[in-house]
Amino acid sequence: MGKIMKKKVDKIKANKEEDIGVFTAVPEAVRYDDDVEEEDFDPQLSADEVEAEEEDDERKRNKLVQAISSMGKGRKSSRLEERSEAALIVSEFGVNSVGESGKVELSDLIPSATKKAQKQIETLKRGRRTLETPLSRQETERIHRDVAFQKVSEEVSKWKSVIKQNQRSEQLVFPLNQEPSGPKAIEHVVTGWKSQTPLEQEIFALLNANKQPIHNPVLTPAEEESIKAMSLVEAKIRRAELQKARAIQSYYESKTRRERKIKSKKYHKVHNKAKRKEFLKQFDEMVKTNPEAALEELKKLELGRMKERMSLKHQNSGKWAKSKVIMAKYDEDARKAMQQQLEINKELTQKVVTALNNDEEEEEEKEEEVLPDFANDAEQAGDSTNPWMRGKLTEEERENKEVSEMPVETVVIEEESEEEEVNEDEVLLKEFENKRQRRREAENKTDEQDEEQEDEDEEDGMAEEELSKFMSMIRGLSRKPEVEIIADNSTPLEEGLSRIQTMEDAENLQDAEMPESDVVEVVPQEEHTGIAPAKKAKKRKRNIELKQVLTKESKVVTVPLKVTTEEAEDEDLEEEIDQRGLIREAFAGDDVVSDFLKEKRNQENAGKPKSVNLTLPGWGEWGGLGLMPSRKKRKKFRVKAAPAAPRRDAKLPEVIMSEHRDKSIALHQVNSLPFPFDNHIQFESSIRCPMGRTWNSEKTVQKVTQPRVVTQLGAIIEPMGREEFKKVPQANQKAQTPTVTNQRNGQPERRHKHVQKRKKHK
Amino acid sequence: MKVKVLSRNPDDYVRETKYDIQRVPRNYDPSLHPFEVSREYTRALNATKLERVFAKPFLASLDGHRDGVNCMAKHSTSLSSLLSGSCDGELKIWNLTKRECVRTLQAHEGFVRGIVVRFCGTSFFTVGDDKTIKQWKMQCPGYGEEEEPLNTILGKTVFTGLDHHRTEGVFATCGQQVDIWDEQRSSPIRSFTWGVDSFSSVRFNPVETDLLASCASDRSIVLYDMREATPLKKVVMTMRSNTLSWNPMEAYHFTCANEDYNLYTYDMRNLEQPLLVHMDHVSAVLDIDFSPTGKEFVSASFDKTIRIFPKDGGHSREVYHTKRMQHVICVKWSADNKYILSGSDEMNIRLWKANASEKLGVVGHREKAATNYNQKLKEKFQHHPQIKRIARHRHLPKTVYHQSKEIRVMREARRRKEKNVRKHSKPGSVPVATEREKHVVTVVK
Repeated sequence: MGKIMKKKVDKIKANKEEDIGVFTAVPEAVRYDDDVEEEDFDPQLSADEVEAEEEDDERKRNKLVQAISSMGKGRKSSRLEERSEAALIVSEFGVNSVGESGKVELSDLIPSATKKAQKQIETLKRGRRTLETPLSRQETERIHRDVAFQKVSEEVSKWKSVIKQNQRSEQLVFPLNQEPSGPKAIEHVVTGWKSQTPLEQEIFALLNANKQPIHNPVLTPAEEESIKAMSLVEAKIRRAELQKARAIQSYYESKTRRERKIKSKKYHKVHNKAKRKEFLKQFDEMVKTNPEAALEELKKLELGRMKERMSLKHQNSGKWAKSKVIMAKYDEDARKAMQQQLEINKELTQKVVTALNNDEEEEEEKEEEVLPDFANDAEQAGDSTNPWMRGKLTEEERENKEVSEMPVETVVIEEESEEEEVNEDEVLLKEFENKRQRRREAENKTDEQDEEQEDEDEEDGMAEEELSKFMSMIRGLSRKPEVEIIADNSTPLEEGLSRIQTMEDAENLQDAEMPESDVVEVVPQEEHTGIAPAKKAKKRKRNIELKQVLTKESKVVTVPLKVTTEEAEDEDLEEEIDQRGLIREAFAGDDVVSDFLKEKRNQENAGKPKSVNLTLPGWGEWGGLGLMPSRKKRKKFRVKAAPAAPRRDAKLPEVIMSEHRDKSIALHQVNSLPFPFDNHIQFESSIRCPMGRTWNSEKTVQKVTQPRVVTQLGAIIEPMGREEFKKVPQANQKAQTPTVTNQRNGQPERRHKHVQKRKKHK
Repeated sequence: MKVKVLSRNPDDYVRETKYDIQRVPRNYDPSLHPFEVSREYTRALNATKLERVFAKPFLASLDGHRDGVNCMAKHSTSLSSLLSGSCDGELKIWNLTKRECVRTLQAHEGFVRGIVVRFCGTSFFTVGDDKTIKQWKMQCPGYGEEEEPLNTILGKTVFTGLDHHRTEGVFATCGQQVDIWDEQRSSPIRSFTWGVDSFSSVRFNPVETDLLASCASDRSIVLYDMREATPLKKVVMTMRSNTLSWNPMEAYHFTCANEDYNLYTYDMRNLEQPLLVHMDHVSAVLDIDFSPTGKEFVSASFDKTIRIFPKDGGHSREVYHTKRMQHVICVKWSADNKYILSGSDEMNIRLWKANASEKLGVVGHREKAATNYNQKLKEKFQHHPQIKRIARHRHLPKTVYHQSKEIRVMREARRRKEKNVRKHSKPGSVPVATEREKHVVTVVK
C-alpha cells in the first residue's frame, strides 16, 4: 500500500509538469508492463487521500476487466497506443515517439520561450562544471572547532567586567552571595507574607478597594507621590542651609548678649563710637549714591527727635531720676548719671543738620569748620602742656557729637528686626542663595579659586582622605592594567637550611650579611620628577656664589664696645685698634676660605672613580728592570671609569656634603624602587603616612587596615555564580561586551571580502 | 572674692555602665607624636619576626591508608569531611575535626584514580584501574548492610580522571578519550578524541560550567565545550601537564601543573602564551588546587614539598614540608579558605594551615584589629631589606635546597649560552624569547 501511494504522488508531479507543456493528445488509459502496478486514475481524485479507498475498489475492478481483455494479446502490441485525441490527463508515458526523429530538444519543448530564456538555457548547457569535492573531515572539524571556540571565548569574556571589578575592589568578602546581616527592612519582610485565612483575605480586599497600601505598608500612594515630588538632595541642601543659618544666628545672638553683659563703660563707649563711625560712613555714602534712602534715614532721625521731645523719658521726672536728685547732693556718681541723662535728651532733641535738608546751615557750618575742632577745645582744656590730655579731650568731643546719631541707628535696627522676625528663615535662606550664586559665578570665573574653595571645604577630612587615597592608589598601581599581562611582583623566597623558631633567630637573620644586590648605591632619581627642574632653577637663584662672596673684602662691623671705665675714655680708640690687630695677629696664618675650598676639592677627588691600569709589563715588549711599558700600551690598557654621579654639594659652594654611605642606615634603606611605584617620591610618601591609631582616628585606622580578603569562619565559599553579573553596574557591562563581539566578528568578515576581491582580480 | 573652680560635665567622662569603654581623649597633633615612620618601621619589623616565630603550619596527619594516597576529594557541602583514595583501591572518608577515619571501603581493584563528590553531597563517584565508574552513597551503610555501590558502570578502557558538573547530573571521565556521562545512563552521552592516546586529568570549569579542560599525554591541554560535538582548542607545551585547575573566581583563567617543575597560568581565550610562569619547585608538579577565593593556589610536587603561590606571582609565598612527607601526589585547599590537605606517597594525609602564622579559633575584636594593622604594616614595609629578609626566609630540606641551587646554576648557564649564541650570530637571527614564550610549542585549532 505504501508503495502504491508513493507512486501516486510521483505521478501527480509528472502530470503537473506535463500540463505546462503543449501536449494535446493523451491516451485514455495507460497500461504498464507490470500488471500488478498497472492502474488508471484520476489525478483530481487521487489528490485526496481520503478518497483513496473508494478508488481502490474501482481499480480492482478495472484491473480485472483489463486482465480479461488483455488475455491472448501480445505484450508488445499492447504497450503503446497512438494518441488520437486531446485529453486532460497527460501521462509521461503517453509520449508518442512514432514518426519523430528521436531526440527531444529543450528548445522544442519550450518554443514560446523568449530569446533571453533560450540564451540562458544555452549558457546552462555550456557551463557544465563539476561540483567541488566536499571538505575533508579534518578540515570540517577544524572549522567546527574554530567556530565553537570563538563562541565560547565570547561567552567567557562576559565575565571580564566582574573579574576586573573584583580585582579593583578594596575588599572582597567571601562567600560572595551572602545576605546582608542585620535586621531587614520592614517592607521586605511584609512583602513575603500573604493572606491565608478568609478573614485576612476579606480585610485585604477592603484595603485594596480603598487603595490602602498592602505591599509597601509604610507609605500610602499619596505619601509616595509627595516623596517623589520632593527630591532628597534638595531637601538635604535646604536643611543644611537652615541649620547653618540658625547656627550663625544663635552665634550672633549669643555674641550680642555677651556684649550687652559687659559692664565696662569704656568698652561700650568705644564700641558705640565705632558703630557710630560706621553708620556715619554709610550715611555719607548713601547721600552720594542713594539720596532718597538717605532722606528717609533723615526722616527717621527726625521722627526719633520728635518722639524724644514728646516723651519725658530722659527728663528728670522719672522715679529713678527723682531718687537720683535726692542723692545728688552727696553722691558724685548720681550727679554724673543725671547729667548724662540730660545730655542724652539734649542730643536727641537737637535738630539734625545735613547737606540734604539745609544748605544754608551748611554754609554757616563751613565757617566754623575752617579751624579744626580740637584746636579750640584743647585750649579750653586745663592743662595745655600735657599732650595726653589734649588728645583725650578731642576724643570726648567727638563722642558727644556722635552720640546724637547713635539712637537713630538703634531705632532703625529695631524696625528692621521686627520685620526679620516674621520671616527670618526666608531671609536667611535668600542670603545663602545669594552667597551660593556668587560662589558659582566665582567658580565660573577662575578655576584656581575653585580649587582653593574645595581645599577649604575638604580641610577637615583631609588627613583621613589622603591616607585612604594613597592606599587605594597603591592598590591601583599593583593592579594589572590588562588581564593579558600579569606583572609578577613576587620575589623568590630566601630559602635556607635554618629555621626561625625564636625572636633571636629572626634577629640573627637580620644581622646576617645582606646579599650583594642590597649594597647597590642609590642614585637619586631626579629625572623622574617633574618638579625637580623648577626647583633647581629657584635654587640657582638663591645660591650665593661662594667665590664671589669670600674673595671680597669683608666689611668690618664696628660695634660700639661697652665702656668699661669712664676714666680711660681717651685710650679707648687705641685699645680698639689694638684688639683688632691682636685678632689679626693671632689668625695671621689662617686662610680659612682657601682651606675649606681645598678640603672640598680633596673630598671630591677622593669620591671620583679612578681608572684602572691593566698593563702588564713584558707582554709584547721588552721587559726588565727599569723598563716602563710604552705609553701606547699604557693608554690601551687603561680602563676609564664611568663618570661619577654629580655630587650633592656640587652647587653648594659653602657646604661639604659627605657622600660616604652610612652602612648602619643603609641596612634599613630600600635600595631599588619597588614594583608598583613610578618614582621614589611616590614610594616615600607611601612610607611617610602613618597608619596606626597613634596618628589617626579610629575610623581611619579601620578603613586603612581593612584586610583585602575577608572570609567567614566555617562557611563554604562557592565558586562564582551567575548572580555576580547582576552586581556589576549595567553600563559597565554594556560598554565592554560589544567591543569584544565587534572585534571577533569584524575580522573574519573583512578577510572574506578580501579573498573575494582577490579572486575577482584573477 | 569669687573663686573660680574647674568643673567638668560628668556626661563627658562618667560611663553609664561599667561595661562601657572608657573614653580616652586623644590629641592627634602630629607634633606630639613624632618619629612616626621609624616607630611604624619597628612595629613592622617586630610583626614580621613574630609572624615567622608563630609560623607553625602543620596541624595533623591522618594515617590509615595502607598504600600511597592517590587522590582526594572535598565534600561539597560539609567542611569537615574529606574523601581519599589510595593506590590499593581503598577509599576512606575522614572527619577532619576529629581527625579520624569515619568509613573505609574497598572501592576498586588497583588504584583509585579519581573521586568526586556530587554537588548535592549525598553521593560520590569513583573511578579506578579496574575500568569501572562507581557511584556510592555518602551515608554509611546500616548495620548488617554490605558496602555496595549505588551504580557501577563498566567501561571499555581504564579511567584516569573524573570530575562532576557543578549543577547538573553530568560528569566527565578521561582515559583514552574524554567522556561526558549522564548519571542516568550507562554509556557516555558524548566522547571527545583528538588524536591523543590518553588523558591524565579532566576538570570542569566551576564558573562557566559547561566548559572543561583536560591534560593529555602528548603534552597538550585540550579545551572542550560540553554542548559541542568537537573539542575547542589545544595547546601543546614542551612537557606534559599532569593536572590543571580552573580559577573559581575568574571564568577564563586556569593553571596547569607541569612536569618541567613549573606551573603555568593561562587565559583560555589566548593559549599562545601563558599569562604567568610560576616556578620554585625542583621536581615535577603533580597536583594543583585553587583556593576558593581564587587569589592563591597550592601545588604538590614530586620534590616532597607543597608550595603556595599567589595567582599573580611567579614565585611561591610559602613552602611546606616535613621530614616524613614523601612525594606529594594530591593536594586540596579546603572550601573555607583556611586549610590545605595533602596526600602523599607514604600513606598519610596531612592537614596544614593555609596561612602559616594565623591563629586558629575565635579571634577577639582587638586581636583582629591588631593583626589587621600588623598585616598592613608588613605590607607597607615589605620592601625594606631587613623586613624582606626575615619575611621571606624559609627552611628547606637539604635535598631541595641543593637541587634548587643546582637548577639556578643550570638556568644561568643556559641563559649565558643563549646570550653567547646571540652574540656570535647574525643580529636578529636568535631572537630573545621570554620565559613565557619558551614553553608553548604550538596551539592547534
